[in-house]
Amino acid sequence: MTNPTDAPAPIYADPSRVPWEGIIMLVLIGVLLVIVGFAIRLNPLIVVTVAGIVTALLGGMNPAQILDSFGTGFASSRSVTIFVAVLPVVGIIEFFGLQEQAKVLIGRLAKLTAGRVLIGYLAVRQITAAVGLTSIGGHAQTVRPLVFPMAEGAALRRYGHVPEKISEKIKGHSAGADNVGVFFGEDVFVAVGSILLITTFVDTTYHLHLEPLQLALWAIPTAIAAFLIHGFRLLRLDKQLDKEYREFELTAQKETAGEAK
Amino acid sequence: MINVEAVYWLVGILFVAWASLIAADTNHPRRWGSSAFWGLLGLCFFYSTWVQAGTAPAWILGVAVLVLVVLASTGLLGHGKHRTSTGPEREAYAKRFGNKLFIPALTLPLVTVILVLAAPVLVIGGTPLLDPKNTTLVALAIGAVVAVVVALVILKPKNPATPIFESRRILESIGWAALLPQMLTTLGILFTKAGVGTAVGNLASGLLPKGSLIAGVLVYCIGMFLFTVLMGNGFAAFPIMTAAIGWPVLVEGFHGDPAIVFAIGMLAGFCGTLCTPMAANFNLVPSALLEMKNKYGVITAQVGTAIPLLAVNIALMYFLAFH
Repeated sequence: MTNPTDAPAPIYADPSRVPWEGIIMLVLIGVLLVIVGFAIRLNPLIVVTVAGIVTALLGGMNPAQILDSFGTGFASSRSVTIFVAVLPVVGIIEFFGLQEQAKVLIGRLAKLTAGRVLIGYLAVRQITAAVGLTSIGGHAQTVRPLVFPMAEGAALRRYGHVPEKISEKIKGHSAGADNVGVFFGEDVFVAVGSILLITTFVDTTYHLHLEPLQLALWAIPTAIAAFLIHGFRLLRLDKQLDKEYREFELTAQKETAGEAK
Repeated sequence: MINVEAVYWLVGILFVAWASLIAADTNHPRRWGSSAFWGLLGLCFFYSTWVQAGTAPAWILGVAVLVLVVLASTGLLGHGKHRTSTGPEREAYAKRFGNKLFIPALTLPLVTVILVLAAPVLVIGGTPLLDPKNTTLVALAIGAVVAVVVALVILKPKNPATPIFESRRILESIGWAALLPQMLTTLGILFTKAGVGTAVGNLASGLLPKGSLIAGVLVYCIGMFLFTVLMGNGFAAFPIMTAAIGWPVLVEGFHGDPAIVFAIGMLAGFCGTLCTPMAANFNLVPSALLEMKNKYGVITAQVGTAIPLLAVNIALMYFLAFH
């Protein structure tokens, strides 16, 4: 077996082997395979594996080199899977009611307006994700049973009724607050897939040496920006709701006025 | 010195322990498929040590990885029922322990950061205590172990193996997706070897005025965004755009600080995740869970944050990464 680092340079790199551009396009078929495979909801592991094999074959690697590449790829990317070392501590605190306690804390937001409930949740979600507690929330764990009912309840208290159009809007923003919070919080924690993927890929491919902590630090400015932008939009959500309710009442008055005629 | 390989062996031991728990669970619907998957994954972690050192053939590991993929994607992997605490029990525990529950969780990042900062001083007889090439990873593993000990001391479970039982529950709910980041990294390496990045780079260089830093930053960030929208996954987009623009143009060409360029590049990709139905877990599953009329309602709520945040990322990279 040859070591894959000794593999011949990809054939596209040799301009004498025409058609040069045709081969570049062939290699892009791998990207296309990933897009199509994910789009038709095949198991992502299969999609990724097949796309890798096809791309490698098109790039001029032989089956032995491809097997070698999967082996060395796995060995050198083990750091990405280190997140499982965090599972035992998360497991035991979940056993003793971590999620229930989080719900108690989030429940204290209940007296606010819809937008402010969601800002509070955004902050909780982002801060906990930044210390590695991504499992504290989620669409099934907190958004559906807790966050959306609280935000809708806030609108109900304020306006007396929640028409479907507004309920839809609150639903969308409840899930959105969760996503924005996790995405731009978890990158501040070092043991997260995206950070480890960057260091592993870059260290293996370019022989750099990046510390995960450095990358996590540089995720902080974006995390703050995400909170400010999304928080501002949630404050505006309250104003939008006020406005939409006024319009609702106006149309409702017109309708009843019309009936009276 | 605590080497990073020791950390990988810890992870391997965890996988093997979880596999044995599953193998011993007679009520498990996919007892053998699941224990084979997690057990083999654990063994791969051990074997990789020698592959990495160049003392064992890599192709054997390659075959094992393909077996893992087959096990995971042919439905042989299942989800056991676990004895865990019930809802009312958990509420009672939460009342009893209150915010103390967060202490073990906070121990982990705290210990990690302290160890990383103290690493340069932690030298015994001329050798550093923590692997200097992988300080964060070693610190993190130590942090995880310390956090478990802290949890055991504070919570005093009847069975000291509770962390292992409970983490098996979480692992099984993650399922094959636990292997996906590693496979995506491997795909990235294969893509790079085959020249996909160069191919995208050639396509992009048509768009890219030579010598323009702002154009390079724009193409990298917007490219991350668009590829993430198409693939539903920033992890898959990262190797492609990095091989095309991030590394050759921004780091090698303009001498950008790699940590800043890559961290912010990935976050530009995350803005794409907020906008795409391809990221079904985040954007379509919740609209189904919340019984929304418009299944793209979550994306509609997020686009207004994603686009300005992408602009912020572009500005941050432009102003922070190049000196």
